[in-house]
Amino acid sequence: MSRSRTERLVNLVICLLSTRRFLTASQIAATVPGYEHDPADPRDHEAFQRKFERDKAELRDLGVPLETGTTSAFDFEPGYRIARREYALPDVHLEPDEAAAVGIAARLWQHAGLAAAASSGLVKLRAAGIDVDPHATLGVEPMVTVDPAFEPLTAAVRDRQAVTFDYRVPEEDSATRRSLQAWGVVCWRGRWYTVGHDLDRDAARCFRLSRIVGAVRRSGPPGAYDPPEVDLITYVARWSGPVERPGRASVLVRPGRGVGIRRHAESVQHGADGTGPDGDDLLTLRYADAESLAGWLVGYGADVRVVDPPEVRDFVIKRLHEISAAHPGVAAPAGTAPREAVR
Amino acid sequence: MSGSTDRLGRLLNLVPYLLARPGVAVERAAADLDVTPRQLRDDLELLWVCGLPGYGPGDLIDMALDGDRVTITYDAGIDRPLRLTRDEALALVVALRMLAEMPGVGHGEMIGRALAKIENAAGEHADAAVTVRLSGDKERLEELRGAVERRRALRITYYTATRDESSERVVDPMRVLVVGGRAYLEAWCRRAEAVRLFRVDRIDASTELDSPAAPPPQARPTDVRDGVFSPAPDAPLVTLRVGRGARWITEYYPCTEVREEPGEHWLVSLHASDLGWARRLALGLGPEVSVLAPPELAAAVGAEARAALAAYEAADPSQY
Repeated sequence: MSRSRTERLVNLVICLLSTRRFLTASQIAATVPGYEHDPADPRDHEAFQRKFERDKAELRDLGVPLETGTTSAFDFEPGYRIARREYALPDVHLEPDEAAAVGIAARLWQHAGLAAAASSGLVKLRAAGIDVDPHATLGVEPMVTVDPAFEPLTAAVRDRQAVTFDYRVPEEDSATRRSLQAWGVVCWRGRWYTVGHDLDRDAARCFRLSRIVGAVRRSGPPGAYDPPEVDLITYVARWSGPVERPGRASVLVRPGRGVGIRRHAESVQHGADGTGPDGDDLLTLRYADAESLAGWLVGYGADVRVVDPPEVRDFVIKRLHEISAAHPGVAAPAGTAPREAVR
Repeated sequence: MSGSTDRLGRLLNLVPYLLARPGVAVERAAADLDVTPRQLRDDLELLWVCGLPGYGPGDLIDMALDGDRVTITYDAGIDRPLRLTRDEALALVVALRMLAEMPGVGHGEMIGRALAKIENAAGEHADAAVTVRLSGDKERLEELRGAVERRRALRITYYTATRDESSERVVDPMRVLVVGGRAYLEAWCRRAEAVRLFRVDRIDASTELDSPAAPPPQARPTDVRDGVFSPAPDAPLVTLRVGRGARWITEYYPCTEVREEPGEHWLVSLHASDLGWARRLALGLGPEVSVLAPPELAAAVGAEARAALAAYEAADPSQY
């Protein structure tokens, strides 16, 4: 913006803040420096109107609340003013430690757009007379990142306006179009979700923001629904929450190996059970699902052997056969299956 | 917001800022308002010609410049900053809610007070329907945060998943970070003689030592803007052919390439800092993946599966 335009806009803000009457465009032109023109010359007048429109848009972009209206019943042309109450940041009194916390919070954003918003918000607090210690630390710093769908979704929730978006879960081959009255946005264990009423499924649904493909579009009128009074965290937690681990498995692990398994063992019996060669350790593991336990144990290959229960052991053996078949081994001579070689 | 709007917003903040701090140094004001001292002087010069209609000497914004210090003597009615925009309110409120989830004796209550005040100042914009909940071992996190605050060295037992190893080391804590919902202790590792990020859920034990934390001057905080996982440039590139049931790995691990093949398979490439880790990954994913590259990994996966089968067979030949 040119220096003269900035100057004109500052003067416009001061002028509209100082007036209690609504000022018409022509009154403003006659008052604020930079709008001088000849109203009788149609081209000159049109140029003024364009300039004034651009300036109003600029002020609105900045968040300056422009009020339009007429002061008396005899005014035909609407005028403008800025209500101080709407313009000004309300009084904020922060204790030094509270101000420091706000300063720390403002630095947490890793998302460029919201990081800029956080620091311009902080500048406004400083302008309100609050001193923020830029070097304060709490010893723990959560980094805040959001997915691109975060901003459009929070805005749609605020406006109570339904949205449509394409949603893709990795297990599916293509995205599906979803229509949602979103109730809110939730960060659960570092991932962002939105919960709302799915208009096609006619039921509450939860979506992971990182799986939204492309743009979030508004549909239907604003103010179309009222979010129910529910704890959204509960919805998300139910969807991806912790599980009970009622099962117990016994596995033999080679000495000094399978450290990742040992960390989760309920008990470890060092080389004592006698069934394992070379004094393997016998570990007891709690589990919820036999197949996922098996998958995890297979990761440790020959360092671990499941003793019990049979369902876990059988899963492991089945998987090992499948993996062996998928990775036949480049060096093995044709026709010699490795199992035969062992025998 | 366009760069041009920035300056207007800055000017409207500048007057109340100065009004609240008579005689403030230009340098400090510039730092507080995120501009250079030169820009700030330029802004002051511009404000000098702005004011109330009439624009006579008594109508214009007036200030006293005394060397490096500036005092507003007439504000022309812009005595308060603009209220917070929706994005500003959202950014501050969400970050404070995130901070409130962090453990810390007394901090939670203080952050709660700060949050309430900001929400109050933000008015209608504070109604951000954003909820934040962290989970995990808050006690361990608080223990580590306490060590950072008390500046004490720690002896930790740490599990390194890439090498499937557990080790004891003495570290000088620097800060606790939470990235993507995962907590890390950033510390100078005396064994590695480097700054390391230790995943808190892999610190199996920690003891606070009597000696103070003394990270050397070369210990710099890690830049985590692009995530905490930055593979060494020479880390081997692993390519997997992934079935439907294991496609989730593309959301879980940073992948360098994901290519969708006709049919259900995806070709997924990722850097593995350790081939042993890649072998455990491939084995753990089972029949859903096959290793395409490097060939030695494919061979290791097959050989390991056959060795494991051999052990089952040796233990119970009747089954075969």
